[in-house]
Amino acid sequence: MAYDSFSVLKSSAVPMPIENVDTDQIIPARFLKATERKGFGDNLFRDWRYDKNDQPKQDFVLNNPTYSGKILVGGKNFGSGSSREHAAWAIYDYGFRCVVSSFFADIFRGNAINVGILPVQVSPEFLHEIFTAIEKDPKTELVVDLPAQTITISATGASESFAINGYKKHNLLNGFDDIDYLQAMKSEIADFASKR
Amino acid sequence: MSNSPTTLFDKVWDSHVVRKIEDGPDVFFIDRHFIHEVTSPVAFLGLEQRGIGVMYPERTFATADHNTPTINQHLPVEDPLSANQLQQLATNSAKYGISHWGLGDPKNGIVHVVGPENGITLPGFTIVCGDSHTSTHGAFGAIAFGIGTSEVEMVLSSQCIMQPKPKKMRINVNGQLGKGVTPKDVALYIISKLTTSGATGYFVEYAGDVFENMSMEGRMTVCNLSIEMGARGGMIAPDQTTFDYIQGRPLAPKGADWDTQLAYWKTLKTDAGASFDEEINFNASDIEPMITYGTNPGMGMGISKHIPKAADVEGGVATYEKSLDYMGFAENDSMIGKKVDYVFIGSCTNGRIEDFRAFASIVKGHKKADHVTAWVVPGSHIVEAQIKEEGILDILTEAGFVLRQPGCSACLAMNDDKIPAGKYAVSTSNRNFEGRQGPGSRTLLASPLVAAAAAITGVVTDPREFL
Repeated sequence: MAYDSFSVLKSSAVPMPIENVDTDQIIPARFLKATERKGFGDNLFRDWRYDKNDQPKQDFVLNNPTYSGKILVGGKNFGSGSSREHAAWAIYDYGFRCVVSSFFADIFRGNAINVGILPVQVSPEFLHEIFTAIEKDPKTELVVDLPAQTITISATGASESFAINGYKKHNLLNGFDDIDYLQAMKSEIADFASKR
Repeated sequence: MSNSPTTLFDKVWDSHVVRKIEDGPDVFFIDRHFIHEVTSPVAFLGLEQRGIGVMYPERTFATADHNTPTINQHLPVEDPLSANQLQQLATNSAKYGISHWGLGDPKNGIVHVVGPENGITLPGFTIVCGDSHTSTHGAFGAIAFGIGTSEVEMVLSSQCIMQPKPKKMRINVNGQLGKGVTPKDVALYIISKLTTSGATGYFVEYAGDVFENMSMEGRMTVCNLSIEMGARGGMIAPDQTTFDYIQGRPLAPKGADWDTQLAYWKTLKTDAGASFDEEINFNASDIEPMITYGTNPGMGMGISKHIPKAADVEGGVATYEKSLDYMGFAENDSMIGKKVDYVFIGSCTNGRIEDFRAFASIVKGHKKADHVTAWVVPGSHIVEAQIKEEGILDILTEAGFVLRQPGCSACLAMNDDKIPAGKYAVSTSNRNFEGRQGPGSRTLLASPLVAAAAAITGVVTDPREFL
């Protein structure tokens, strides 16, 4: 059991309508020097969030008290670049449990699920609807229902379904992880390895 | 075994599936696992917290590269956090019986340089590492890709990861490459056409005579950059060039084992008539020396071109404008003649001997521009030794360059090799993201030839002027 389980999340959301948000922005390399998985949230989006004197940049969304919530909504191709899982740790440690985008980079998507963050991929049109709803009401609630695999804008009732494979869904619902699964099949792996 | 035409990718993938999970990923067996100091400590911590061990330590290889200094490597590492990570890598490797090439070891260097040069990377293998540029090893006809730290823990503890099978894409480049057009340019050209997410969800096979005629170093550069178009990895069918490169390397098969392996490797090619989910063709003659002008590797163009207008590129206008604003460039600017403050040659993309030969071919008989700071960083000690043996060091020294010691260096600027805020660097590395080479740094990705021309003229220059 590696993380909290995930079922239905109702929360306002933080909008970041920027495309190609890469993992170097999510957590710059100079903050990858820890040997334990803690404290990464402090440096989430470090160089967008703070100026060179470590003062918060007022125009950055995480420094704007108008927006808050456990859901981060990003533009197309979220999480591109480096495989650093620290990016997912930073997002989780900051308090997000779900990232919504119209497109995710592969490695980030896998890392997110592996640390207990649900990546929800929606159509570009629905992503636009979400951004519009947040613009209209920064506290607008989104409902991410993992069992039903739907995401809904509470205010309008607009909803879309999202994909996730049955195995990963089961893991997230129960807080299981892949290592539990792999440990349970080690003799099968050993047999396989002996034939190689 | 099926007799229907099969792709190279399917041949290698399917032979490594331990178990198929219904409505889930494949349990995927890993032949070779590389680890480094930055993405492995938390994985080892996980093993300890769970009370489990390393299943096959002989299949994992550790090298220190990401945060290592590139000068005075014989002295203690000054940054305590980096020193701690290096120490942890050594301690964890010793504890679990993993081979470890730490700082100062003659085999030390960048993980994606030392793996191939020591014969650890072989055709038909599955290879992973907690580093997205693991795709490099696909140059040998291996399936190689980057993983997260949770997956590093999976490989250590069970030699497997859980991986959904990607879709297949073939990228064919045929024809004759022009003067001054290198493998780096071929890759940057493809990325500029596909965009930084154009191959997401796919595994790429590179095919066509351009790749067939390429050296292993060149193929590694191309496969290395697969991730920059979103692909998990890219691979090239092994051929005589591959076999000649591998034979005789320290950990390569020998004797009868070599013959057995070689016979298998020769089967590793895509059969005629095998199908791909996507197939894309390019003409070699359309490719110029490339340079990037924006903040992702897809924002590249031929060096003689002008920066495109927002309306003419895929993606949102606001994101595009933010990017040009960060770089201090404007639509329709020419890149030729832009002032350059730093030049970096090195990295897992272009830190091999051929890259330094190319760099030296242009700087020979010239002098480094006075205002340019140049960091010349070999990918490994073996590359460093080659640079000296071949007389390249003499050419570099004569031209005013200093050869540093191996490591990832300014590619991700985890050590002291940071480009200052606002400064422009022509870099042979792989990412031009905001702040990638240091907070506020501005990166122009290019080939070793373009980097060399910039280093001696102090401005962005078409390298063909010197060829």
